[in-house]
Amino acid sequence: MRGWMKYFGVMILVLFTSCVWAQDVIRVGANLEMTGAVAAYGQMIWEGINLVRELVGDEVWGRKVELVLVDNKSDKVESANAATRLIDKEKVVAMIGPAISGSMLAVGPICEEKQIPVISATATNPLVTQGKKFVFRACFLDPYQAAAAAVFARNDLKAETAAILSDIAQDYCVALGNFFKEEFEKRGGKIVVEQNCKTGDQDFSAQLTTIINANPDILYVPNYYTEIALISRQARDLGFEGIILSADGADAPELFEVGGDAVEGLYHTAIWDATKGLNDVGQRYIELYQKKYGKDPNMFGALGADAYLILVDAIKRAGSLDPVAIRNMIEETADLEVVTGKVTIENGDAVKPVVVRKVEGGKFNFVKTVVVE
Amino acid sequence: MSWTTFFQQLMNGISVGSLYALLAIGYTLVYGILGLINFAHSDVFMLGTYFAFFMIGVFLLPWWLSVVIGVGLCALVGMTIERVAYRPLRNAPRISALITAVGVSFFIENLGLVTVGARPKGFPRPELMKNVYFIAGARIQGVTFWVPLFSIAILLVLFYLVYRTKMGMAMRAVSRDMETTRLMGVNVDRIILYTFALGSALAGIGGVLWACKYPQINPLMGTFPGWKAFTAAVVGGIGNVVGAMIGGFIIGLAEILIVAFFPNLTGYRDAFVFALLILFLLVKPSGVMGETLKEKV
Repeated sequence: MRGWMKYFGVMILVLFTSCVWAQDVIRVGANLEMTGAVAAYGQMIWEGINLVRELVGDEVWGRKVELVLVDNKSDKVESANAATRLIDKEKVVAMIGPAISGSMLAVGPICEEKQIPVISATATNPLVTQGKKFVFRACFLDPYQAAAAAVFARNDLKAETAAILSDIAQDYCVALGNFFKEEFEKRGGKIVVEQNCKTGDQDFSAQLTTIINANPDILYVPNYYTEIALISRQARDLGFEGIILSADGADAPELFEVGGDAVEGLYHTAIWDATKGLNDVGQRYIELYQKKYGKDPNMFGALGADAYLILVDAIKRAGSLDPVAIRNMIEETADLEVVTGKVTIENGDAVKPVVVRKVEGGKFNFVKTVVVE
Repeated sequence: MSWTTFFQQLMNGISVGSLYALLAIGYTLVYGILGLINFAHSDVFMLGTYFAFFMIGVFLLPWWLSVVIGVGLCALVGMTIERVAYRPLRNAPRISALITAVGVSFFIENLGLVTVGARPKGFPRPELMKNVYFIAGARIQGVTFWVPLFSIAILLVLFYLVYRTKMGMAMRAVSRDMETTRLMGVNVDRIILYTFALGSALAGIGGVLWACKYPQINPLMGTFPGWKAFTAAVVGGIGNVVGAMIGGFIIGLAEILIVAFFPNLTGYRDAFVFALLILFLLVKPSGVMGETLKEKV
């Protein structure tokens, strides 16, 4: 009898401790591109998440947050499989989702159905969060960025008139061009001329001659860096003296190599500035990254860190591990200090200051941050 | 559209057109002699810019010397392509030679991608090309000003070579009838090699001038200019040097003016050029300057 009691006692003890141990860990999924076509994105995000865990610690209410990483192989189907596995088998309470929009669109419906909140670091397609309750993202959308450019053009550059030269072969450029126009005109500016080009074009002299003839204060070129460099070069050669304004597509060293002195003075909107933290955690993140990897941090890692911080903060405020409670807290995130600045979640999307940078002396210099009201 | 703007657009068109013209002459020269469309021509054009780029950037040679060496290397590459890829197929059916030409083109492009990478590089421009001239209120860039002049000068040199030298006489003879010329004791292979050297040197010059106007070079940069120049050669009458020049200007002007007058059609800019190609092939295959030759028996 005593032997049996002892055995029972040990069993109770084991059960009890294992329960405590199980409760002690908070399991969060990471459904990322570790291999495949865009492995670089997933790996940078993973790097950022781990780096920020070193900074802020990996505990909530004294419990360890355990990250369960599943490689989605940069594939839509694999991303969906990974999401199902994380929820059903690994029992995660929330998930950091794939980097790219296509995979995120595959993961979204699964998380909706199983009511597990998911947050992507970098998926920018508007459809990702549209009409979904449990899907979030840590980055802002293209319309927001274009609107910020328009605000900056009107308020800071005092531009009355603007011209747009956008790339009709890229959804990204078309969207930016349209939203810039909308916001710029809403704020009393005038778009004097709109011209198009196509990815791969090298000659823009015809469009630029028309633009220069209309004499705008600024020229908005929401393209990718190769086109921006050539457009700037030819615009200056043809005698354009106004300000050239661009978007985050400008962010590549090739811009200076090809653009040279023609891109001097160019302004562009960016997700963040890797040289200057906007707050304490941002600055510490940059310093730690530089110390660890010997180079400036990248946007993907920073947004990965943001996604993690938003999740952990929501869990903290939820006070329980109920996924629905966590979801509600993510939706209520307001003015949270994360690596890329102050973030507020609205309708699943992140709203945060847009960074404006200017090219000076062959590099990007931080100018200011812009918030669209 | 004001007169100044129109004049400016005209200048833009001439500037692009003269570059197409230089390239088109290369296509036409080789076609005139071998009846072969040398698709690798546009890649020799790309190589020219890279040769010059590395001479300037790595060996720190003065600009003009780099270009001379670059153009010389292009001529060598052209001769090598002829010797290695086209000569063994001299008597093969035309389609085999054509397929080989496409193959050589892909080979050079991918070799470029592997060795120098796909990242575009900035091409250093000399002061001469950066200067800006004002003519009748229009801003004329150095490139716009000098490229047509260079092209015309090169055309004159070419005329001299083709019509006033022994080599040129042999070239014209080969283009009429290769076998008979061989019987006359002319070393036909040497003449063809010479033609390739000449055409490839032109591609090299064209490449460098192109890079001066659009200072961004990458291993696939030749593809589109190559197609346009080929179109120019057909429009002008393939096999005809003056025709190629005129064809180049037609294509360049058409391309600029369609964007200038119909901004909404910008996306169809390339489509328009190739529609022109199809139109010419259907209606006037001999081009604006071409003569219709009876098929030799």
